[in-house]
Amino acid sequence: MAIPLATLLASCGGQAATTVSSTIGTASSGAGGSSVQASSTGASTQSAGATTTASSAATAASSATAASSSSAATSAAAASGARGKAGTLKMLFWQAVTILNPHLATGTKDVFAARLVLEPLFTASIDTGQLSPVLAAEAPTQANGGLSSDAKTVTVKLKPGITWSDGEPLTADDVVFTWQYVAEPATAATTVGNFLTVDKMEALDPLTVKATFKGPNPSWFSQWLGYNGVILPKHILKDFIGAKARDAAFNLKPIGTGPYKVDSMAPGDLVVYSINDRYREPDKPAFAQVQLKGGGDVVSAARAVFETGEYDYAWNLQAEWPVLQQIMQGGKGDLVTAPGQGIEQLFFNMSDPNKDVNGERSHFGTPHPILSDPKVRQAISMAIDRDTMAKQLYGDTAVGPTVDVLSVPATMKSTGVTIPHDVAKANQLLDEAGWTKGADGTRAKNGLPLKLVLQTSVNSLRQKEQAIIKQGCQQIGVNLELKTVPADVFFGGAAGDTDNVNHFYTDLQMFTSSYTSPIPISYMRRWSSVDPARDVPQKSNQWSGNDYTRWRSDEFNSLYTQAQTETDTQKLADLFKKMNDLVVSNYVTTGLVDRKQADCKAKWLKGPNIAVFDANTWNIADWTRQG
Amino acid sequence: MTTYVLRRLVVTAPTLVVISMVVFGILALAPGDPLSQFASNPDVPAEVRLQIRHDFGLDQPVPVRYVKWAAAFVRGDWGYSFASRTPVSGLILQRVPTDLSVVGAAYLVAIVLAIPIGVVAAIKQYSWFDHLATTFAFVGFSLPTFFTGVLLILIFSVHFGWLPSIYNTQVRAPGEAVKQAIMPIAVLALFQTASLARYTRASVLDNVRGDYVRTARAKGLAEPAVVLRHVLRNSLIPVVTLMALQLPVVFTGAVVTEQIFRVPGIGALLITAIQTSDTPVVMAITFVFAILVVCFNLLADLLYGVLDPRIKYT
Repeated sequence: MAIPLATLLASCGGQAATTVSSTIGTASSGAGGSSVQASSTGASTQSAGATTTASSAATAASSATAASSSSAATSAAAASGARGKAGTLKMLFWQAVTILNPHLATGTKDVFAARLVLEPLFTASIDTGQLSPVLAAEAPTQANGGLSSDAKTVTVKLKPGITWSDGEPLTADDVVFTWQYVAEPATAATTVGNFLTVDKMEALDPLTVKATFKGPNPSWFSQWLGYNGVILPKHILKDFIGAKARDAAFNLKPIGTGPYKVDSMAPGDLVVYSINDRYREPDKPAFAQVQLKGGGDVVSAARAVFETGEYDYAWNLQAEWPVLQQIMQGGKGDLVTAPGQGIEQLFFNMSDPNKDVNGERSHFGTPHPILSDPKVRQAISMAIDRDTMAKQLYGDTAVGPTVDVLSVPATMKSTGVTIPHDVAKANQLLDEAGWTKGADGTRAKNGLPLKLVLQTSVNSLRQKEQAIIKQGCQQIGVNLELKTVPADVFFGGAAGDTDNVNHFYTDLQMFTSSYTSPIPISYMRRWSSVDPARDVPQKSNQWSGNDYTRWRSDEFNSLYTQAQTETDTQKLADLFKKMNDLVVSNYVTTGLVDRKQADCKAKWLKGPNIAVFDANTWNIADWTRQG
Repeated sequence: MTTYVLRRLVVTAPTLVVISMVVFGILALAPGDPLSQFASNPDVPAEVRLQIRHDFGLDQPVPVRYVKWAAAFVRGDWGYSFASRTPVSGLILQRVPTDLSVVGAAYLVAIVLAIPIGVVAAIKQYSWFDHLATTFAFVGFSLPTFFTGVLLILIFSVHFGWLPSIYNTQVRAPGEAVKQAIMPIAVLALFQTASLARYTRASVLDNVRGDYVRTARAKGLAEPAVVLRHVLRNSLIPVVTLMALQLPVVFTGAVVTEQIFRVPGIGALLITAIQTSDTPVVMAITFVFAILVVCFNLLADLLYGVLDPRIKYT
């Protein structure tokens, strides 16, 4: 009944155990956890210990990792090294950091940089959905009285004795204030989506927070999880709520409870951190100074780690695999990957993008003349060579090809649908559907040629994916025209832009959606049409709806509504699997490649462990120099 | 002269207003959205995006937004960046020292190299030095900075490992600071030296044929004195005005070079702001650049009149 609980040891054992338990996750399930593709680490006794406990933990599955992680945890704590002894760590982001307040930030690079200083109540480093407490003392469950039986209230206790880097104590008031700060519309906080279900929050005593939701809420943690849920200090920001939020010096120089504090911040360029002397774990962090530089491009960032060794960690290597492979031969670094970057997906437009109805195209009620036939969609899905896409373009930066639209957390990954790469069968399907091949190879039916347009963002990887899809289409007689749109327009929502994903004024489009929560309810909103006026992008709602494909399925909608309030974990996982299967087996959207997050680190750097639902820097306190 | 200056200044104000309107209009009409990073993030619901758009003032009509911006700009409030939520003026001023030390230094290096090269090439026309200098100018001007930059990185950073490829403003040791500035300055200086050298050479060639030069030589002056005291001074007039016109470029920096070497200059700020549709920053930088260009144009014209007594302004 209760959400799986990761029982943790107090303070320093806790942090290390989280690291260890995520390696356990790797050993037990191929898709879960992160893998550091490095030569074996210097502290081989520690990792060996983790692996042996891993195999036993794998059989024991969910909760009882506490016993096995305790022994590994104490050896991990001993191996982590004394505070400040490891020198300077230099990190490189190819998108520069512009703001250090995650609740106002527009990019992941900003929240990753802020995460060295600010901390949330929970992190979910294991992508099976298990929560680990950071500032909280333990994860609330029904068993320990933290969660109410109707899933409408949750009570969380904070770890005692934590102070902000300026000496003020962390109290429940700060947690309540964070909610007030974000919920205030004039603040224009970008994380407010996670707080919409909260009805009210109150501090029962200096270390206890109680949140009441508007309805039963299985995602009771989402406003306190990872980089979306960092706690802000009330004593600093209390005068900067609302429109004044942008005037706070805190935005560029935050005060937090994390292992580092900000020495200097040049927006768009460099952030310099030094150790927070008041950090609760006395022997951490290992690096005395962290320099986080931003700007430039992906390839030169990879070069700086692998070839010249000027930097020790580079983030988000979204480059073509052959290019990366060549740079990796520099030999000074290793790739750090974890599943969960998202699935590159192909969306089929259920409506007609070429017919203008009352001033808008892709109108909800106007079916697509070609793609309304599921056989056509199936044929196209079967003609795509996903294997080549995954292997040639992504290599080690992808888990592999996939046909699903949801793969994280691993407990919610469905294996119910298979779509083989079968060109012959695809041709047969189209023949059956009445599309006959013309003299030029393109099929036609009743005078209508099978001609479609596929749009995606400008990105050399995506252009190659388009080429592979086009080749597959050519083999089945589909004339596919390729269209590319600059990324900031494609993903933008400015009035007047019609080339974006919301408008979907083409027959097909392709992009990746990111995962942000172990319970992907907002992720699945992409296909729900519970309230068409709100959910389907159209002129009346300024194209703000989420159902880009204009698909309407009462079955999906009812599953979605159920999932919003289902508190039983097993039933919830089944609901998500069913939703995925509905979307995929109806060929509304088809998965292409299950992408991994890929960073790189210097060979001597130990500790980076990519978390799907938190910043990649979530465990920076544990990073150290090996050997 | 004073009436000329006053007349020019009177024309400047409306010119700048028109420039600002055109730039603002283009930015407002161009596709692109500061909130595009949210499209693939399912956690930012549409209502939130609309709210943020309202707070940025993006839901108001373009003329209203322009008037608000203009009123604030005149008061010294250059707006708040969408990305950093901090005053734009602070962002720009933070980068001026870096810009001056890299782009400014490159400009100085270019001047110091180009003038002697141009003069010698012109005096010894068609000699081996002249051929070398002309070819060098041709190559230096034709090769794009993104090519020379990456080439230098591959040679000196990756292959030899002598120089760092990424500019770091935190570096304190003077040796290190010089080492990291060498490549960006070299790339920029190569380009600017080439054009200045050619221009100087042409200007000196024009003057060296003059009658007064023949007179000076006939008077028995030594060749260096002829060249330096008479020819150079007159040849420098157009060159100096050209330099004055090119000076505003130091402000916007060299966008490509700054991207390649990650020099945090104003050019890099401009490019990032354009890519993320951070309109206030783009407006501020572009408009300041426009002001500088207009002012330096006026300065160049005046300088020309001061240096060349044959020119009379009415």
